[in-house]
Amino acid sequence: MAMKMPTEYKLVAEHVGIEYRVKRTGEYLQAVRDVSLQIKPQEFVCIVGPSGCGKSTFLNAVAGLLPFNKGHLILDGIKISGPGKDRAVVFQSPALLPWRTVVGNVKYGLELRGTDAAVMEEKSMAMIKLVGLGGNEHKYPNELSGGMQQRVNLARALASDPELLLLDEPFSALDAQTREVMQNELLRIWQETKKTAMFITHQIDEAVFLADRVIVLSKGPGSVVAADLEIKLPRPRNEATKADPEFLAKVAEIRELILNEKK
Amino acid sequence: MNTSQKAAEVTGIDLSSFPKRQWNRFYYSNERFILGASGVVFLLALWELIVRVNLVDPLFTSSPARIWTAGIQYVSSEGFVNDFIASGSELLAGFGLALVIGIPLGIVMGWYPKFNYLVDPIFNFLYASPRIALVPLFIIWFGIGMGSKVAIIFLSSIFPIVFNTLMGVKTIDPVLLNVPRSYNAKDYQIFKTVVLPSSVPAIISGVRLGLGHALIGVVVGEMTAATMGVGHMMFTAGQTFQTDLVFVGLIIIAGFGVILTSLVQLLERHFDKWRVDIHK
Repeated sequence: MAMKMPTEYKLVAEHVGIEYRVKRTGEYLQAVRDVSLQIKPQEFVCIVGPSGCGKSTFLNAVAGLLPFNKGHLILDGIKISGPGKDRAVVFQSPALLPWRTVVGNVKYGLELRGTDAAVMEEKSMAMIKLVGLGGNEHKYPNELSGGMQQRVNLARALASDPELLLLDEPFSALDAQTREVMQNELLRIWQETKKTAMFITHQIDEAVFLADRVIVLSKGPGSVVAADLEIKLPRPRNEATKADPEFLAKVAEIRELILNEKK
Repeated sequence: MNTSQKAAEVTGIDLSSFPKRQWNRFYYSNERFILGASGVVFLLALWELIVRVNLVDPLFTSSPARIWTAGIQYVSSEGFVNDFIASGSELLAGFGLALVIGIPLGIVMGWYPKFNYLVDPIFNFLYASPRIALVPLFIIWFGIGMGSKVAIIFLSSIFPIVFNTLMGVKTIDPVLLNVPRSYNAKDYQIFKTVVLPSSVPAIISGVRLGLGHALIGVVVGEMTAATMGVGHMMFTAGQTFQTDLVFVGLIIIAGFGVILTSLVQLLERHFDKWRVDIHK
Protein backbone atom coordinates (compact mmCIF):
# COMPACT_ATOMS: atom_id res chain seq x y z
CA MET A 1 0.00 0.00 0.00
CA ALA A 2 1.22 3.50 -0.84
CA MET A 3 2.42 5.79 1.88
CA LYS A 4 -0.32 7.87 3.38
CA MET A 5 0.26 11.54 2.79
CA PRO A 6 -1.59 14.39 4.47
CA THR A 7 -3.85 16.12 2.01
CA GLU A 8 -6.43 18.84 2.06
CA TYR A 9 -8.54 16.86 -0.40
CA LYS A 10 -10.62 13.77 0.20
CA LEU A 11 -10.53 12.59 -3.38
CA VAL A 12 -8.09 13.60 -6.08
CA ALA A 13 -8.47 12.46 -9.68
CA GLU A 14 -5.43 13.15 -11.85
CA HIS A 15 -5.81 12.83 -15.63
CA VAL A 16 -7.98 9.75 -15.29
CA GLY A 17 -8.68 7.84 -18.47
CA ILE A 18 -10.96 4.81 -18.65
CA GLU A 19 -11.30 2.54 -21.62
CA TYR A 20 -13.26 -0.62 -21.94
CA ARG A 21 -13.64 -3.36 -24.48
CA VAL A 22 -16.85 -3.49 -26.47
CA LYS A 23 -17.75 -7.17 -26.34
CA ARG A 24 -19.57 -7.24 -29.65
CA THR A 25 -16.80 -5.72 -31.76
CA GLY A 26 -13.80 -6.48 -29.56
CA GLU A 27 -12.64 -2.89 -29.95
CA TYR A 28 -11.44 -0.69 -27.13
CA LEU A 29 -13.45 2.44 -26.45
CA GLN A 30 -12.09 5.41 -24.53
CA ALA A 31 -15.08 6.30 -22.36
CA VAL A 32 -13.28 8.86 -20.24
CA ARG A 33 -10.22 10.58 -21.72
CA ASP A 34 -8.80 12.96 -19.17
CA VAL A 35 -10.66 13.83 -15.99
CA SER A 36 -8.97 15.77 -13.20
CA LEU A 37 -10.91 16.94 -10.17
CA GLN A 38 -10.64 17.33 -6.39
CA ILE A 39 -13.25 16.85 -3.71
CA LYS A 40 -12.73 18.42 -0.28
CA PRO A 41 -13.74 16.69 2.95
CA GLN A 42 -17.45 17.02 3.71
CA GLU A 43 -18.08 18.50 0.28
CA PHE A 44 -21.09 17.56 -1.83
CA VAL A 45 -20.04 17.42 -5.47
CA CYS A 46 -22.38 16.70 -8.38
CA ILE A 47 -21.13 15.53 -11.74
CA VAL A 48 -23.38 16.27 -14.71
CA GLY A 49 -22.94 15.82 -18.41
CA PRO A 50 -24.75 14.78 -21.57
CA SER A 51 -25.89 11.17 -21.59
CA GLY A 52 -23.13 8.80 -22.63
CA CYS A 53 -20.40 11.13 -21.34
CA GLY A 54 -19.02 8.48 -19.01
CA LYS A 55 -20.05 9.98 -15.67
CA SER A 56 -21.29 6.65 -14.32
CA THR A 57 -18.16 4.99 -15.70
CA PHE A 58 -16.07 7.49 -13.74
CA LEU A 59 -18.04 6.74 -10.56
CA ASN A 60 -17.52 3.01 -11.05
CA ALA A 61 -13.79 3.59 -11.36
CA VAL A 62 -13.77 5.58 -8.11
CA ALA A 63 -15.79 2.75 -6.50
CA GLY A 64 -13.10 0.33 -7.65
CA LEU A 65 -15.54 -1.64 -9.79
CA LEU A 66 -13.90 -0.67 -13.09
CA PRO A 67 -10.19 -0.48 -13.88
CA PHE A 68 -8.80 2.76 -15.34
CA ASN A 69 -5.86 2.80 -17.71
CA LYS A 70 -4.56 6.34 -17.25
CA GLY A 71 -3.88 8.69 -14.37
CA HIS A 72 -4.45 8.28 -10.67
CA LEU A 73 -7.33 8.23 -8.25
CA ILE A 74 -6.27 9.10 -4.72
CA LEU A 75 -8.56 8.85 -1.71
CA ASP A 76 -7.22 10.21 1.59
CA GLY A 77 -3.73 10.07 0.16
CA ILE A 78 -3.98 6.41 -0.88
CA LYS A 79 -4.18 5.28 -4.48
CA ILE A 80 -7.41 3.47 -5.39
CA SER A 81 -6.76 0.03 -6.84
CA GLY A 82 -10.05 -1.72 -6.14
CA PRO A 83 -13.15 -1.61 -3.96
CA GLY A 84 -12.54 -0.64 -0.36
CA LYS A 85 -14.00 -0.02 3.07
CA ASP A 86 -13.62 3.73 2.63
CA ARG A 87 -16.25 3.97 -0.12
CA ALA A 88 -19.88 2.94 -0.48
CA VAL A 89 -22.10 3.14 -3.54
CA VAL A 90 -25.76 4.12 -3.73
CA PHE A 91 -26.71 2.36 -6.95
CA GLN A 92 -28.92 3.67 -9.72
CA SER A 93 -31.37 0.79 -9.34
CA PRO A 94 -32.01 -0.07 -5.68
CA ALA A 95 -30.01 -3.32 -6.14
CA LEU A 96 -31.56 -4.86 -3.03
CA LEU A 97 -31.41 -8.59 -2.40
CA PRO A 98 -35.10 -9.51 -2.78
CA TRP A 99 -34.88 -12.46 -0.36
CA ARG A 100 -33.62 -10.25 2.46
CA THR A 101 -35.73 -7.93 4.58
CA VAL A 102 -34.97 -4.22 4.89
CA VAL A 103 -32.74 -4.77 7.90
CA GLY A 104 -31.06 -7.73 6.19
CA ASN A 105 -30.24 -5.53 3.21
CA VAL A 106 -28.97 -2.62 5.30
CA LYS A 107 -26.74 -5.03 7.22
CA TYR A 108 -25.37 -6.60 4.05
CA GLY A 109 -22.30 -4.41 3.59
CA LEU A 110 -21.30 -4.77 7.24
CA GLU A 111 -21.93 -8.50 7.16
CA LEU A 112 -19.54 -8.95 4.23
CA ARG A 113 -16.87 -7.29 6.33
CA GLY A 114 -17.44 -9.66 9.23
CA THR A 115 -18.83 -7.05 11.62
CA ASP A 116 -19.91 -8.18 15.07
CA ALA A 117 -23.62 -9.13 15.06
CA ALA A 118 -24.70 -6.79 17.84
CA VAL A 119 -22.88 -3.80 16.34
CA MET A 120 -24.35 -4.65 12.95
CA GLU A 121 -27.89 -4.75 14.34
CA GLU A 122 -27.48 -1.47 16.19
CA LYS A 123 -25.97 0.41 13.24
CA SER A 124 -28.53 -0.92 10.77
CA MET A 125 -31.45 0.01 13.00
CA ALA A 126 -30.04 3.52 13.46
CA MET A 127 -29.59 3.96 9.71
CA ILE A 128 -33.10 2.70 8.96
CA LYS A 129 -34.44 5.30 11.37
CA LEU A 130 -32.20 7.99 9.84
CA VAL A 131 -33.54 7.41 6.34
CA GLY A 132 -37.09 7.48 7.67
CA LEU A 133 -37.96 3.80 7.33
CA GLY A 134 -38.57 3.05 11.03
CA GLY A 135 -41.26 0.37 11.38
CA ASN A 136 -40.45 -1.23 8.02
CA GLU A 137 -37.41 -3.19 9.20
CA HIS A 138 -38.90 -6.60 8.48
CA LYS A 139 -40.55 -5.92 5.15
CA TYR A 140 -39.21 -7.41 1.95
CA PRO A 141 -38.10 -5.06 -0.88
CA ASN A 142 -41.04 -6.00 -3.11
CA GLU A 143 -43.39 -4.70 -0.42
CA LEU A 144 -41.80 -1.24 -0.65
CA SER A 145 -42.33 1.64 -3.10
CA GLY A 146 -39.52 2.80 -5.39
CA GLY A 147 -38.71 5.74 -3.14
CA MET A 148 -38.57 3.51 -0.05
CA GLN A 149 -36.32 1.04 -1.87
CA GLN A 150 -33.90 3.86 -2.64
CA ARG A 151 -33.94 4.83 1.04
CA VAL A 152 -32.83 1.28 1.86
CA ASN A 153 -30.13 1.55 -0.81
CA LEU A 154 -28.92 4.76 0.88
CA ALA A 155 -29.13 3.27 4.38
CA ARG A 156 -27.03 0.27 3.29
CA ALA A 157 -24.30 2.58 1.99
CA LEU A 158 -24.38 4.78 5.12
CA ALA A 159 -24.33 1.79 7.50
CA SER A 160 -20.80 0.91 6.41
CA ASP A 161 -19.73 4.43 7.48
CA PRO A 162 -17.76 5.29 4.33
CA GLU A 163 -15.29 8.17 3.95
CA LEU A 164 -16.72 8.88 0.50
CA LEU A 165 -20.32 8.29 -0.50
CA LEU A 166 -20.81 7.59 -4.21
CA LEU A 167 -24.29 8.17 -5.57
CA ASP A 168 -24.97 6.95 -9.12
CA GLU A 169 -28.13 8.70 -10.37
CA PRO A 170 -30.07 7.28 -7.43
CA PHE A 171 -33.29 9.19 -8.14
CA SER A 172 -33.42 8.82 -11.92
CA ALA A 173 -36.07 6.10 -11.89
CA LEU A 174 -38.37 7.87 -9.44
CA ASP A 175 -41.44 9.93 -10.31
CA ALA A 176 -41.13 13.72 -10.09
CA GLN A 177 -42.80 14.11 -6.67
CA THR A 178 -40.88 11.29 -5.02
CA ARG A 179 -37.69 12.62 -6.54
CA GLU A 180 -38.21 16.03 -4.89
CA VAL A 181 -38.98 14.43 -1.55
CA MET A 182 -35.87 12.28 -1.82
CA GLN A 183 -33.66 15.27 -2.73
CA ASN A 184 -34.77 17.04 0.44
CA GLU A 185 -34.33 13.85 2.46
CA LEU A 186 -30.84 13.33 1.07
CA LEU A 187 -29.85 16.88 2.06
CA ARG A 188 -31.25 16.37 5.56
CA ILE A 189 -29.33 13.09 5.95
CA TRP A 190 -26.16 14.56 4.47
CA GLN A 191 -26.38 17.49 6.89
CA GLU A 192 -26.67 15.03 9.79
CA THR A 193 -23.84 12.71 8.72
CA LYS A 194 -21.60 15.22 6.90
CA LYS A 195 -20.27 12.58 4.54
CA THR A 196 -18.19 13.62 1.56
CA ALA A 197 -20.43 12.86 -1.40
CA MET A 198 -20.01 12.46 -5.13
CA PHE A 199 -23.37 12.47 -6.86
CA ILE A 200 -23.86 11.63 -10.53
CA THR A 201 -26.93 12.96 -12.29
CA HIS A 202 -28.13 14.11 -15.69
CA GLN A 203 -30.69 16.45 -14.11
CA ILE A 204 -29.17 19.94 -13.93
CA ASP A 205 -31.60 21.42 -11.38
CA GLU A 206 -31.02 18.42 -9.12
CA ALA A 207 -27.26 18.97 -9.27
CA VAL A 208 -27.50 22.69 -8.46
CA PHE A 209 -30.00 22.08 -5.66
CA LEU A 210 -27.86 19.45 -3.93
CA ALA A 211 -24.25 20.41 -4.54
CA ASP A 212 -21.55 22.65 -3.16
CA ARG A 213 -19.88 22.28 -6.52
CA VAL A 214 -21.08 21.08 -9.93
CA ILE A 215 -18.61 19.52 -12.34
CA VAL A 216 -19.67 19.39 -15.99
CA LEU A 217 -18.21 16.66 -18.17
CA SER A 218 -17.89 17.09 -21.93
CA LYS A 219 -19.66 14.96 -24.48
CA GLY A 220 -18.51 11.32 -24.59
CA PRO A 221 -16.90 9.09 -25.55
CA GLY A 222 -13.58 10.48 -24.43
CA SER A 223 -14.94 13.05 -22.00
CA VAL A 224 -12.94 15.67 -20.10
CA VAL A 225 -13.95 18.19 -17.43
CA ALA A 226 -15.71 21.04 -19.24
CA ALA A 227 -16.50 23.24 -16.25
CA ASP A 228 -16.24 23.32 -12.46
CA LEU A 229 -18.74 25.67 -10.83
CA GLU A 230 -19.16 26.53 -7.19
CA ILE A 231 -22.76 26.80 -5.94
CA LYS A 232 -22.94 29.34 -3.16
CA LEU A 233 -26.58 28.91 -2.28
CA PRO A 234 -27.11 29.04 1.49
CA ARG A 235 -27.88 25.87 3.48
CA PRO A 236 -30.12 24.35 4.65
CA ARG A 237 -31.77 24.39 1.28
CA ASN A 238 -35.46 23.80 0.70
CA GLU A 239 -38.13 24.27 -1.95
CA ALA A 240 -37.68 28.07 -1.71
CA THR A 241 -34.08 27.63 -2.88
CA LYS A 242 -35.42 26.60 -6.26
CA ALA A 243 -36.88 30.09 -6.76
CA ASP A 244 -33.63 31.84 -5.81
CA PRO A 245 -32.28 33.90 -8.77
CA GLU A 246 -28.81 32.46 -8.08
CA PHE A 247 -30.25 28.93 -8.42
CA LEU A 248 -31.97 29.78 -11.70
CA ALA A 249 -28.87 31.51 -13.06
CA LYS A 250 -26.66 28.50 -12.30
CA VAL A 251 -29.13 26.08 -13.85
CA ALA A 252 -29.28 28.24 -17.00
CA GLU A 253 -25.49 28.50 -17.15
CA ILE A 254 -24.97 24.76 -16.91
CA ARG A 255 -27.74 24.05 -19.39
CA GLU A 256 -26.02 26.37 -21.85
CA LEU A 257 -22.69 24.59 -21.28
CA ILE A 258 -24.18 21.16 -21.92
CA LEU A 259 -26.11 22.31 -24.97
CA ASN A 260 -22.89 23.67 -26.43
CA GLU A 261 -21.24 20.33 -25.67
CA LYS A 262 -23.86 18.51 -27.67
CA LYS A 263 -23.20 20.54 -30.86
CA MET B 1 -92.09 -23.00 -2.88
CA ASN B 2 -89.30 -25.05 -1.34
CA THR B 3 -88.66 -25.89 2.29
CA SER B 4 -86.11 -23.21 3.04
CA GLN B 5 -88.47 -20.53 1.76
CA LYS B 6 -91.19 -21.91 4.01
CA ALA B 7 -88.81 -21.84 6.95
CA ALA B 8 -88.00 -18.26 6.17
CA GLU B 9 -91.68 -17.36 6.28
CA VAL B 10 -92.20 -19.08 9.60
CA THR B 11 -89.10 -17.83 11.42
CA GLY B 12 -88.63 -14.57 9.59
CA ILE B 13 -84.99 -15.47 8.93
CA ASP B 14 -83.73 -16.14 5.46
CA LEU B 15 -82.15 -19.54 5.91
CA SER B 16 -81.78 -20.35 2.23
CA SER B 17 -78.57 -18.37 1.78
CA PHE B 18 -76.69 -19.85 4.73
CA PRO B 19 -75.78 -23.39 3.65
CA LYS B 20 -75.32 -22.18 0.11
CA ARG B 21 -72.91 -19.48 1.10
CA GLN B 22 -70.99 -21.87 3.31
CA TRP B 23 -70.72 -24.36 0.48
CA ASN B 24 -69.55 -21.60 -1.86
CA ARG B 25 -66.89 -20.52 0.56
CA PHE B 26 -65.75 -24.12 1.04
CA TYR B 27 -65.70 -24.65 -2.72
CA TYR B 28 -63.67 -21.55 -3.55
CA SER B 29 -61.07 -22.16 -0.89
CA ASN B 30 -60.61 -25.76 -2.10
CA GLU B 31 -61.46 -25.29 -5.77
CA ARG B 32 -58.24 -26.74 -7.04
CA PHE B 33 -58.48 -29.90 -4.96
CA ILE B 34 -62.19 -30.48 -5.63
CA LEU B 35 -61.85 -30.16 -9.40
CA GLY B 36 -58.70 -32.29 -9.46
CA ALA B 37 -60.31 -35.05 -7.40
CA SER B 38 -63.46 -34.97 -9.54
CA GLY B 39 -61.38 -35.52 -12.67
CA VAL B 40 -59.66 -38.57 -11.18
CA VAL B 41 -62.88 -40.07 -9.81
CA PHE B 42 -64.64 -39.56 -13.15
CA LEU B 43 -61.85 -41.26 -15.08
CA LEU B 44 -61.73 -44.24 -12.69
CA ALA B 45 -65.52 -44.62 -12.79
CA LEU B 46 -65.54 -44.55 -16.59
CA TRP B 47 -62.77 -47.18 -16.70
CA GLU B 48 -64.61 -49.48 -14.27
CA LEU B 49 -67.83 -48.99 -16.20
CA ILE B 50 -66.53 -49.96 -19.62
CA VAL B 51 -65.00 -53.10 -18.11
CA ARG B 52 -68.19 -54.02 -16.23
CA VAL B 53 -70.39 -53.69 -19.34
CA ASN B 54 -67.90 -55.90 -21.21
CA LEU B 55 -66.91 -53.26 -23.73
CA VAL B 56 -63.27 -54.31 -23.33
CA ASP B 57 -61.48 -57.42 -22.11
CA PRO B 58 -60.13 -56.90 -18.55
CA LEU B 59 -57.19 -59.18 -19.43
CA PHE B 60 -55.88 -56.31 -21.58
CA THR B 61 -57.08 -53.24 -19.74
CA SER B 62 -57.59 -54.37 -16.14
CA SER B 63 -59.95 -52.22 -14.06
CA PRO B 64 -59.72 -50.06 -10.93
CA ALA B 65 -61.33 -52.78 -8.77
CA ARG B 66 -58.96 -55.45 -10.07
CA ILE B 67 -55.95 -53.22 -9.58
CA TRP B 68 -57.07 -52.54 -6.01
CA THR B 69 -57.32 -56.28 -5.24
CA ALA B 70 -54.00 -57.04 -6.90
CA GLY B 71 -52.44 -54.08 -5.12
CA ILE B 72 -53.50 -55.23 -1.66
CA GLN B 73 -52.21 -58.70 -2.41
CA TYR B 74 -48.86 -57.45 -3.74
CA VAL B 75 -48.23 -54.88 -1.02
CA SER B 76 -48.84 -57.45 1.73
CA SER B 77 -46.45 -59.94 0.13
CA GLU B 78 -42.79 -60.28 1.01
CA GLY B 79 -41.79 -59.56 -2.59
CA PHE B 80 -43.06 -55.99 -2.29
CA VAL B 81 -40.75 -55.13 0.60
CA ASN B 82 -37.73 -56.48 -1.30
CA ASP B 83 -38.73 -54.74 -4.55
CA PHE B 84 -39.41 -51.47 -2.80
CA ILE B 85 -36.12 -51.49 -0.90
CA ALA B 86 -34.19 -52.41 -4.05
CA SER B 87 -35.77 -49.70 -6.23
CA GLY B 88 -35.72 -47.16 -3.42
CA SER B 89 -32.04 -47.57 -2.71
CA GLU B 90 -31.18 -47.43 -6.42
CA LEU B 91 -33.16 -44.20 -6.73
CA LEU B 92 -31.62 -42.73 -3.60
CA ALA B 93 -28.08 -43.52 -4.71
CA GLY B 94 -28.48 -42.53 -8.38
CA PHE B 95 -30.54 -39.40 -7.84
CA GLY B 96 -28.57 -38.39 -4.76
CA LEU B 97 -25.35 -38.65 -6.71
CA ALA B 98 -26.88 -36.56 -9.51
CA LEU B 99 -27.79 -33.84 -7.01
CA VAL B 100 -24.45 -33.84 -5.23
CA ILE B 101 -22.51 -33.68 -8.51
CA GLY B 102 -25.00 -31.84 -10.73
CA ILE B 103 -25.72 -28.73 -8.64
CA PRO B 104 -22.07 -27.77 -7.94
CA LEU B 105 -21.14 -28.60 -11.53
CA GLY B 106 -23.93 -26.38 -12.85
CA ILE B 107 -22.88 -23.53 -10.57
CA VAL B 108 -19.23 -23.77 -11.63
CA MET B 109 -20.22 -23.99 -15.31
CA GLY B 110 -22.43 -20.92 -14.95
CA TRP B 111 -19.91 -18.90 -12.96
CA TYR B 112 -16.76 -19.62 -14.95
CA PRO B 113 -17.49 -19.23 -18.71
CA LYS B 114 -14.12 -20.77 -19.57
CA PHE B 115 -14.98 -23.97 -17.74
CA ASN B 116 -18.33 -23.99 -19.49
CA TYR B 117 -16.63 -23.66 -22.92
CA LEU B 118 -14.36 -26.55 -21.92
CA VAL B 119 -17.02 -29.09 -20.95
CA ASP B 120 -20.01 -27.86 -22.98
CA PRO B 121 -19.34 -30.00 -26.10
CA ILE B 122 -18.93 -33.15 -23.99
CA PHE B 123 -22.10 -32.38 -22.11
CA ASN B 124 -24.12 -31.71 -25.24
CA PHE B 125 -22.89 -34.95 -26.77
CA LEU B 126 -23.79 -36.99 -23.71
CA TYR B 127 -27.15 -35.27 -23.43
CA ALA B 128 -28.03 -35.98 -27.06
CA SER B 129 -26.89 -39.60 -26.92
CA PRO B 130 -29.55 -42.27 -26.32
CA ARG B 131 -28.44 -43.29 -22.85
CA ILE B 132 -30.96 -46.12 -22.64
CA ALA B 133 -29.02 -47.96 -25.35
CA LEU B 134 -26.03 -47.90 -23.03
CA VAL B 135 -27.69 -50.19 -20.47
CA PRO B 136 -25.92 -53.33 -21.80
CA LEU B 137 -22.59 -51.50 -21.51
CA PHE B 138 -23.38 -50.42 -17.97
CA ILE B 139 -24.05 -54.04 -17.08
CA ILE B 140 -20.60 -54.95 -18.40
CA TRP B 141 -18.99 -52.03 -16.56
CA PHE B 142 -20.88 -52.04 -13.27
CA GLY B 143 -22.21 -55.59 -13.03
CA ILE B 144 -25.75 -56.93 -12.91
CA GLY B 145 -26.26 -55.70 -9.36
CA MET B 146 -27.17 -52.25 -8.15
CA GLY B 147 -24.25 -50.51 -9.90
CA SER B 148 -25.65 -50.53 -13.43
CA LYS B 149 -29.05 -49.29 -12.23
CA VAL B 150 -27.52 -46.45 -10.22
CA ALA B 151 -25.49 -45.48 -13.29
CA ILE B 152 -28.52 -45.26 -15.56
CA ILE B 153 -30.55 -43.31 -12.96
CA PHE B 154 -27.63 -40.95 -12.45
CA LEU B 155 -27.18 -40.36 -16.18
CA SER B 156 -30.91 -39.89 -16.70
CA SER B 157 -31.33 -37.25 -14.03
CA ILE B 158 -28.10 -35.24 -13.98
CA PHE B 159 -28.65 -33.30 -17.21
CA PRO B 160 -31.75 -31.31 -16.28
CA ILE B 161 -30.14 -30.55 -12.90
CA VAL B 162 -26.92 -29.26 -14.47
CA PHE B 163 -28.58 -27.31 -17.28
CA ASN B 164 -31.11 -25.61 -15.02
CA THR B 165 -28.54 -24.70 -12.39
CA LEU B 166 -26.30 -23.33 -15.14
CA MET B 167 -29.10 -21.15 -16.49
CA GLY B 168 -29.97 -19.98 -13.00
CA VAL B 169 -26.43 -18.79 -12.37
CA LYS B 170 -26.05 -17.25 -15.82
CA THR B 171 -29.20 -15.17 -15.53
CA ILE B 172 -28.35 -13.52 -12.20
CA ASP B 173 -29.01 -9.79 -12.31
CA PRO B 174 -25.53 -8.27 -12.84
CA VAL B 175 -26.57 -5.23 -10.82
CA LEU B 176 -26.96 -7.46 -7.76
CA LEU B 177 -23.42 -8.76 -8.23
CA ASN B 178 -22.04 -5.21 -8.14
CA VAL B 179 -23.25 -4.74 -4.57
CA PRO B 180 -21.01 -7.34 -2.87
CA ARG B 181 -18.19 -6.42 -5.24
CA SER B 182 -18.38 -2.78 -4.15
CA TYR B 183 -17.96 -4.03 -0.56
CA ASN B 184 -14.89 -5.98 -1.59
CA ALA B 185 -16.59 -9.33 -0.94
CA LYS B 186 -14.68 -12.54 -1.49
CA ASP B 187 -15.86 -15.01 -4.13
CA TYR B 188 -17.29 -17.46 -1.60
CA GLN B 189 -19.29 -14.64 0.01
CA ILE B 190 -20.76 -13.65 -3.35
CA PHE B 191 -21.61 -17.33 -3.94
CA LYS B 192 -23.32 -17.68 -0.62
CA THR B 193 -25.21 -14.40 -0.48
CA VAL B 194 -26.15 -13.77 -4.13
CA VAL B 195 -25.42 -16.63 -6.52
CA LEU B 196 -27.00 -19.44 -4.52
CA PRO B 197 -30.17 -17.67 -3.34
CA SER B 198 -30.96 -16.18 -6.73
CA SER B 199 -30.45 -19.51 -8.51
CA VAL B 200 -32.70 -21.45 -6.12
CA PRO B 201 -35.85 -21.33 -8.30
CA ALA B 202 -33.90 -22.57 -11.34
CA ILE B 203 -32.10 -25.26 -9.33
CA ILE B 204 -35.36 -26.52 -7.88
CA SER B 205 -37.06 -26.73 -11.26
CA GLY B 206 -34.02 -28.72 -12.41
CA VAL B 207 -34.38 -31.04 -9.43
CA ARG B 208 -38.05 -31.59 -10.24
CA LEU B 209 -37.31 -32.42 -13.87
CA GLY B 210 -34.41 -34.62 -12.80
CA LEU B 211 -36.64 -36.52 -10.41
CA GLY B 212 -39.01 -37.45 -13.23
CA HIS B 213 -36.11 -38.68 -15.33
CA ALA B 214 -34.70 -40.61 -12.36
CA LEU B 215 -37.98 -42.50 -11.88
CA ILE B 216 -37.96 -43.48 -15.56
CA GLY B 217 -34.35 -44.53 -15.02
CA VAL B 218 -35.41 -46.88 -12.22
CA VAL B 219 -37.72 -48.78 -14.56
CA VAL B 220 -35.32 -48.73 -17.52
CA GLY B 221 -32.46 -49.93 -15.34
CA GLU B 222 -34.49 -52.88 -14.12
CA MET B 223 -35.58 -53.91 -17.62
CA THR B 224 -32.62 -56.18 -18.16
CA ALA B 225 -30.58 -58.37 -15.86
CA ALA B 226 -32.51 -57.47 -12.70
CA THR B 227 -33.76 -59.91 -10.09
CA MET B 228 -35.85 -57.52 -8.04
CA GLY B 229 -37.29 -54.04 -7.93
CA VAL B 230 -40.64 -52.47 -8.73
CA GLY B 231 -39.63 -51.98 -12.38
CA HIS B 232 -38.52 -55.60 -12.64
CA MET B 233 -41.83 -56.72 -11.16
CA MET B 234 -43.73 -54.66 -13.78
CA PHE B 235 -41.84 -56.28 -16.63
CA THR B 236 -42.30 -59.80 -15.37
CA ALA B 237 -45.99 -59.11 -14.80
CA GLY B 238 -46.36 -57.62 -18.27
CA GLN B 239 -44.71 -60.58 -19.93
CA THR B 240 -47.02 -63.00 -18.12
CA PHE B 241 -50.24 -61.08 -18.86
CA GLN B 242 -50.75 -59.97 -15.27
CA THR B 243 -52.12 -56.63 -16.41
CA ASP B 244 -53.45 -55.76 -12.93
CA LEU B 245 -49.99 -56.07 -11.44
CA VAL B 246 -48.42 -53.88 -14.16
CA PHE B 247 -50.78 -51.08 -13.14
CA VAL B 248 -49.98 -51.66 -9.46
CA GLY B 249 -46.29 -51.10 -10.23
CA LEU B 250 -47.14 -48.02 -12.26
CA ILE B 251 -49.16 -46.54 -9.40
CA ILE B 252 -46.38 -47.26 -6.88
CA ILE B 253 -43.74 -45.52 -8.98
CA ALA B 254 -45.92 -42.58 -10.00
CA GLY B 255 -47.19 -42.20 -6.43
CA PHE B 256 -43.64 -42.17 -5.16
CA GLY B 257 -42.85 -39.49 -7.74
CA VAL B 258 -45.81 -37.37 -6.64
CA ILE B 259 -44.74 -37.58 -3.00
CA LEU B 260 -41.13 -36.63 -3.78
CA THR B 261 -42.25 -33.79 -6.05
CA SER B 262 -44.40 -32.32 -3.30
CA LEU B 263 -41.42 -32.52 -0.94
CA VAL B 264 -39.40 -30.52 -3.49
CA GLN B 265 -42.29 -28.04 -3.72
CA LEU B 266 -42.23 -27.59 0.04
CA LEU B 267 -38.55 -26.79 -0.22
CA GLU B 268 -39.28 -24.32 -3.02
CA ARG B 269 -41.86 -22.50 -0.90
CA HIS B 270 -39.42 -22.30 1.96
CA PHE B 271 -36.86 -20.55 -0.24
CA ASP B 272 -39.43 -18.39 -2.00
CA LYS B 273 -41.25 -17.04 1.00
CA TRP B 274 -40.10 -13.51 0.14
CA ARG B 275 -42.07 -13.63 -3.13
CA VAL B 276 -45.41 -12.14 -2.21
CA ASP B 277 -48.56 -13.53 -3.87
CA ILE B 278 -47.15 -16.34 -5.92
CA HIS B 279 -48.73 -19.31 -4.17
CA LYS B 280 -52.05 -19.31 -5.94
